Amino acid sequence: MRGTRKYAAAAFAAAAALALAACSSSSASSPSSGGGKGAKGSVTLTWWNNATANPLKSVYLSVITTFHASHPNVNITDVPIQNEQFPTKMPLALQSNSPPDIFQQWGGGQEATQIKSGKLENLTSMASNLISALGPAAAGWQVDGQQYGIPYDLHMVGFWYRKDLFAKAGIKTTPTTMPQLNADVIKLKAAGIAPIAVGSKDRWPDAFYWDYFAVRECSIATLKNAVKAVSANYPCFAKAGNDLKVFMATKPFQVGFLGTPAQVGAGSSAGLVANGKAAMELQGDWDPGVMSALTSNKKALDQIGWFPFPAVPGAAGSPSALLGGGDGFSCTTTAPEPACVDFLTYLDSPSVQEKLVAAADVGLPANPAASPALTLPAEKQILQLSQQASYVQNYFDIAYPTNVGQALDNAVADYFAGQGTPQGIVTAIDQAASQQ
Amino acid sequence: MAQQTSAAAAVAESTAAAFPVARAARTRGPLRRPSRKLIELVVLLAPALALFTFFVLLPICVAAYYGLFNWSGYGPLSDFVGLHNYRLVLDDPVFRQSVLHNVMIAALSLVIQLPLSLGLALLLNRRMRGGTLLRLAVFAPYVLSEATTAVLWLLMLQPGGFVDQLFNAVGLGHEVKLWLADPSIVLYTLFVVITWKYIGFGIILLLAGLQGIPAELREAAAIDGASPWQVTRRITLPLLGPTIRIWVFLSMIGSLQLFDIVWIMTVGGPANASSTMVTYMIENGFRSLEFGYGSAVAVILFIISFVFALLYQRFALRRDTAGALTRAVG
Repeated sequence: MRGTRKYAAAAFAAAAALALAACSSSSASSPSSGGGKGAKGSVTLTWWNNATANPLKSVYLSVITTFHASHPNVNITDVPIQNEQFPTKMPLALQSNSPPDIFQQWGGGQEATQIKSGKLENLTSMASNLISALGPAAAGWQVDGQQYGIPYDLHMVGFWYRKDLFAKAGIKTTPTTMPQLNADVIKLKAAGIAPIAVGSKDRWPDAFYWDYFAVRECSIATLKNAVKAVSANYPCFAKAGNDLKVFMATKPFQVGFLGTPAQVGAGSSAGLVANGKAAMELQGDWDPGVMSALTSNKKALDQIGWFPFPAVPGAAGSPSALLGGGDGFSCTTTAPEPACVDFLTYLDSPSVQEKLVAAADVGLPANPAASPALTLPAEKQILQLSQQASYVQNYFDIAYPTNVGQALDNAVADYFAGQGTPQGIVTAIDQAASQQ
Repeated sequence: MAQQTSAAAAVAESTAAAFPVARAARTRGPLRRPSRKLIELVVLLAPALALFTFFVLLPICVAAYYGLFNWSGYGPLSDFVGLHNYRLVLDDPVFRQSVLHNVMIAALSLVIQLPLSLGLALLLNRRMRGGTLLRLAVFAPYVLSEATTAVLWLLMLQPGGFVDQLFNAVGLGHEVKLWLADPSIVLYTLFVVITWKYIGFGIILLLAGLQGIPAELREAAAIDGASPWQVTRRITLPLLGPTIRIWVFLSMIGSLQLFDIVWIMTVGGPANASSTMVTYMIENGFRSLEFGYGSAVAVILFIISFVFALLYQRFALRRDTAGALTRAVG
């Protein structure tokens, strides 16, 4: 869900509005040729991905061409689908007899839920070489030690900020602790600058804050246990809620943040930072790509810097732990093998990975061999931190099963809107988990 | 006998083809037998009935059935929970809030949209220069898709956007609100957008109704000394009754099923301040992958709409449809 890149407002709107209609028509429109063998033993694979816009879309098309050149009997049909439609399309597709052969996969609890359909291919033995090459990056797509998806990029969440606005407010260094961040918020306000932009309309950006406070407050062992047990009923999560309360009390967000979308339009949180109307935003590493599409000032990105989520004094968690996730793909059981695994392996080959990173700006490459292709200094900084990180916590709304993740997002969003208590977030998570 | 009948039928057919008008008289003739009527009914009704059963009744039953399970949408229906989902839905304060929002939109439509479209329709019904152009203008928003409307207003309503600038320009800057971000205002903002979008439909409907009122009646009233107000009050409005009742019906059902504009503009937020029954269903059914629960919401939504429709047909539309329905059934 986080891999969302530039997309047109209208397209999004239409997609959202027609979610129902679209998914009901999906079974009809999904090519029945999926997995079917054509003439002369050649196979065609349908590939559902979220690359609805360039540059990623054209990179994918060229990847299909080059893959076909080296595997002449394998054809890949590119089916770009709007990012937000996957959660509604996939359940229907995976119940049908002609699911796509390859589809967008964010791992975590969502993947675990999808496995119940019995239509996801277990890639553990078929892709063992690839999995060991990716190292810890592949872990987010494992369920009970079995690999059901393969990432092609990784994401880390942190603060993007405007160097020029920080300078204007007299802030010399980026904050490393929460009290410092709170002090900077006051300085920015005094300078008449909206300190932090947040896209609360979309809810998941709100959850980043609660997630990160939990990552700071909880030990790595507790984080792992919480995801495994699908619960947030640990004292450190309550502390995270209190941290959020303290932080919210500084009123750090832009005017009208409850109605602000995250990535659509110049009035979105990314657009506000890109256009110099807000100083910071807690977002994934894909944010510069989103920003560059939302501003006409092409030099704006020169003013963008990055710093990790500040430390919380006295918190028990590891200060170097990060919140993140990534994008990947799964094969379905109807997909012809080894064509499907071959294709996923090809996507993670250094040459394709470099292309994805350099030309399509997807974020951090899943294959570390392609990391020299990163160009932005901030991206190199994020990569370095992610390599030094003690632990990377998958976004909780992805790590937990879908209904629990949604309950989490909604509870945090309600708290942002002034309803409920920090403890209510923990309660909402456990209540949703009990309905599993 | 059978041959005779078919021969007679063939004659009837050819006659009917040659003289379409004669057909009605002929089919009531003594040659017709009850069985033929039955066949006719079966042949003519069966396709429509099959489609209706398959695409309307069956899905409703299936949804009601799904609602009895705790089901993520993946894997078999195995976790039977009875009416638990229905109980959870009705107990959820967010759902009750959503129902309230639907009812509020329906009530606001009745109180504000109806008089507004009635007034505009009466004005536009006069012969005047540029009348056609004006009619076109008020109808234009209805032609736009819901998605386009929502995106358009989304852009205009963002902080510092067109609406805020307009308020500032006319000296109402202090009245500028966080149209979509303030939980206490957002529903009214959405109502304004909905009104803008659907007022054209109401006006066209009422204009069509007005066209159906014979000018002679109004002229006669005017000759009898009725003032224009009295003509409108005593002649036009009563004769417009059926149209108004249909508009109310469509508007109420539309309010109960409100979705697209809300979903695009606010996703039901902030903090469910603009949620409707359908956004609640999408949120808790599709987005949370709880299809059993979502189905229960859908069934409840259906029952509410259906009961309303029945009651309205029974008490309000009865007079309007009396002729058509009773004759068809009897």
